[in-house]
Amino acid sequence: MANELELQVQQLENQLKKLQGKQPKDQLSIIVFSGDLDKVLAAMIIATGGRAMDMEVKMFFTFWGTSMLRDKNKSPKGKDFMSKMFGFMLPKGSSKLKLSKLNMCGMGTAMLKDLMKKKHVASLEEMIATAAELGVEICICEMSMNLMGFKREEMIDYPNLSYVGVGTYLSDADESKIQLFI
Amino acid sequence: MTIEELKSLKSDKTVDARSMACPGPLLAAKKAIGEVEEGQIMEILSSDEGTKNDIPKWCKKQEFEYLGSIDEDGIYRLFLKK
Repeated sequence: MANELELQVQQLENQLKKLQGKQPKDQLSIIVFSGDLDKVLAAMIIATGGRAMDMEVKMFFTFWGTSMLRDKNKSPKGKDFMSKMFGFMLPKGSSKLKLSKLNMCGMGTAMLKDLMKKKHVASLEEMIATAAELGVEICICEMSMNLMGFKREEMIDYPNLSYVGVGTYLSDADESKIQLFI
Repeated sequence: MTIEELKSLKSDKTVDARSMACPGPLLAAKKAIGEVEEGQIMEILSSDEGTKNDIPKWCKKQEFEYLGSIDEDGIYRLFLKK
C-alpha cells in the first residue's frame, strides 16, 4: 500500500516536472516580415516596451524586414549581378524605409518623420539604439539573406544579433507568452 | 490615495519624462527604478496621456504599488512605491 502511494507520488512529480518545462516563459517573440517604416516602428516600440516590462524580447527579421538591418555605410564586395540588382532596389537601411500608406513619392514619409520630431517620438534609428541598450535580441533569417543577396558584412553592428532558421523561431515562439507577426 | 495625500508625498526619486512620447516615459521609468530602493517612492512626470494608463499596468506587472496620479495642466504626476 505504502509502496503504491510512493509510486503514485513519484509519477505525479514527474508529470509536474514535465508540465513545468512546457510553461511559456515571460518572453515576447516578434516576426518582422514587413519593411515598411510604419510597421517596423510599431515593432520596435513593442519590443522596447517589452524590455521595460522585464520580458525577454526576440525579434525575427525575415523577407522585406531584413532591409532595416542593412548599414547604409557598408558596401560589401563580390556580389553577383542579381544580388547587386536586389541590393540596389531594396532600401539600404532604416533611414531608407517608406510608409506603407500615403508615401506619395517620399513626401508622406518625410512629413511623418518631421511630425515625429515635432511630437518627440523617437526616430527608428534611436529606437534601434535603445533596443540594443536594453538587450532586445535580433535574429535574422538566413534564407532571406541568401534570397535577397545580402551579406553579413553589410548588416548593422548590433550587440545581440544572430543568423537563424525557422527552427530557432519556432522553438523560441513555443516558449513565449506573446507572439506577433508584423 | 486622495489628491491631497499624493500632494503631501515626498518622492525619493523623480523621473522627468515630459515631452517624451510613447514608449519614452515607460523606458525612463524602467531606467530610473533601478536607483530606487524597496519601500521608496518614485514620481514620474509625463505629458503623454497614455502614460497614465501604462504606468499602473507596468506597476502591476513589476509588483510595485501604484499610488495614484495628479493632473496639473496637462502634466501628469504619477506615484508608485517600490
